[in-house]
Amino acid sequence: MNAVMGKWLGGREGFLGLIILAVLIMVIMPLAFDIFRLNLIGKYLTYAFVAVGLVMCWGYGGILSLGQGMFFGLGGYCMAMFLKLEASDPISTKIQSTPGIPDFMDWNQITELPWFWVPFHSLTLTIIAVILVPGVFAYIIGAAMFKRRVSGVYFSIITQAVASILTILIVGQQGYTGGINGMTDLRTLLGWDIRSDSAKYILYYANAVLLFGCILFARAIIASKLGKLMLAMRDREDRVRFSGYDVSSFQIFIFCISAMISAIGGAMFTLQVGFMSPSFVGIVPSIEMVIFAAVGGRMSLIGAVYGTLLVNFGKSYFSESFPTLWLVFMGALFIGVVMGFPNGLAGIYVSYIKPRFFGDKRGVPTMPVTSEEAVAVETKSINSTESLGHHNASV
Amino acid sequence: MGGYSASELIDIFSMQAFAGISLFSVFVLMALGLAIIFGQMGVINMAHGEFLTIGAYSTVMMSKLAEHFPAITNVYFIFAVIAAFIISFIVGYLVELIIIRHLYKRPLDTLLATWGLSLIMQQFFRSAFGPREVSAVLPDWLMGSWSLRDGLDIPINGIFVLGLTIVLSGLVFIFLFRSRWGLKVRATTQNRIMAGAVGIDTAKVDRTTFALGCGIAGVAGAAFTTIASTGPTSGSLYIVDTFLVVVFGGAGSLLGTFASAFSIAQAQSILGFFLSGSMAKVITLVGVVGILMLRPEGLFTVRVRK
Repeated sequence: MNAVMGKWLGGREGFLGLIILAVLIMVIMPLAFDIFRLNLIGKYLTYAFVAVGLVMCWGYGGILSLGQGMFFGLGGYCMAMFLKLEASDPISTKIQSTPGIPDFMDWNQITELPWFWVPFHSLTLTIIAVILVPGVFAYIIGAAMFKRRVSGVYFSIITQAVASILTILIVGQQGYTGGINGMTDLRTLLGWDIRSDSAKYILYYANAVLLFGCILFARAIIASKLGKLMLAMRDREDRVRFSGYDVSSFQIFIFCISAMISAIGGAMFTLQVGFMSPSFVGIVPSIEMVIFAAVGGRMSLIGAVYGTLLVNFGKSYFSESFPTLWLVFMGALFIGVVMGFPNGLAGIYVSYIKPRFFGDKRGVPTMPVTSEEAVAVETKSINSTESLGHHNASV
Repeated sequence: MGGYSASELIDIFSMQAFAGISLFSVFVLMALGLAIIFGQMGVINMAHGEFLTIGAYSTVMMSKLAEHFPAITNVYFIFAVIAAFIISFIVGYLVELIIIRHLYKRPLDTLLATWGLSLIMQQFFRSAFGPREVSAVLPDWLMGSWSLRDGLDIPINGIFVLGLTIVLSGLVFIFLFRSRWGLKVRATTQNRIMAGAVGIDTAKVDRTTFALGCGIAGVAGAAFTTIASTGPTSGSLYIVDTFLVVVFGGAGSLLGTFASAFSIAQAQSILGFFLSGSMAKVITLVGVVGILMLRPEGLFTVRVRK
């Protein structure tokens, strides 16, 4: 039991944090909000998948991907293709010149279902595709980059370029993807109306359970030996390489995992919101998702969820009340978090709230910001009995 | 390519090549500033496109001003270029002072902070100049085109922008590689601590270098107004392409920046005639990313002892 607590749940404190978040999402929010607002929160929570993935690959792996929207979008599109095919059965599309294919294909003079759409008739294959397509895509990008030792800034710029390529491609290939409007008018999942209130509740809970599954899975990785290696790679990549580890394989692995987690979020987004469009794929949404993770604290999985919720609540509040100020607020948040609170909400908790209320005055280091600080933390953690990895996992 | 005769193909290629040259000029002008900021200093300035927008808006403002003084309508553009440079330089200087200075050791974080900055600047443009695109009134000598022969017209503004690009690139080259100041910049980039030890004020060098890069983006903005109209997000449209240009050329190499800007702009422009614009861009970008995967250090590498 203790081993489970330590490894999977991040110790007593991590377990407590998880319980509080679970109560908030599963009990308090459904009681406090009506189904419309709850559906909106469900939508935000699908972004939290991406933020959790980013905590893994950015916070722990040191790989800042500015194209996580691609994986979110690919997962979402896979799910949308299945729902779209179900929505365009021959009977309900009999007014089209070719019945049985999605409406946007018919508008673009396509008379036959393209080959890559065919597997999406089956839900099993779709669920496999939701995970596998972004995973394989991430593997290709990761293998090509990390094997050539491209990392850091260059990797960020190239992921950004790939995200913009994918967006242009989706928008340009209107007949196959629905173009700029995306895939809309998704109604049923195996005959079950996903737009009804009861379905929205069920999907909200399914989404929350999946999110916690992903957090626990990520925790397990971070708490394992692999997690320690990731931290070591982030701070001193060459030393890890000299120690005989194949750094690129680990980087590819973690990048693929974070892509798959993001993709699950995308699929849940499609189910809850009922459409998918290229506006969730490109550079702008990808960078916004980075700020979710940054606000929550790039080293904290639970923080990522809080960060996502907070920024999105802020976004909907500001864009309703002060539409012109919204971008300024968002920009100021970026600058403020990066300059003032590089460890985000989790950092504020660790350095201000925890010492005051729990009497813990150790001032746990969360993330070495510069390489000098990394060295300082290194020396500190050699002196202290607990390892750096454990500190981080416990936040 | 069926359906076109050989001479028609030559005309198409030359026309598209000249259209590509305008794109090439904007790429080079933007990439020049970025090559200094990113290539020399290692700072990722996502707000670089907004400095282009600053330059473009100051040119538009100058043209509005020039309407009241008919005597200078024909020459105002030269003043506009200078104003664009100065305004962007000052804003860049302040940005370095307030934000960038604190983030030199965290390159990934400069990326996020400057992205935030670009959002704020875009909103500022929208509030100050309105969401609609505006354009400068061009002097007569910039309008029209040269007709070399039937079916082959070369726009004059394209040639002007190309000339401006060449002059500015020459100046930057002299500044960086033939002047005392450039020596300091290169010394600081290669070994900050040693540069400081021999008496170079590295903080000051950083500040002026960053501001200069922004100033050049401002000039790019002035050039931009001659080929397109200006909106709040005009600059940000080019930012990813420009980063690719700099990375593809090999960070730190001016020659590489030229070569990559030329090849990317021409590929995009010539492919754009035969395919749809979006597919041309996709194919070009895929090609660039593909080559970068084979040659991560870019086309031209500068050997720097790390």
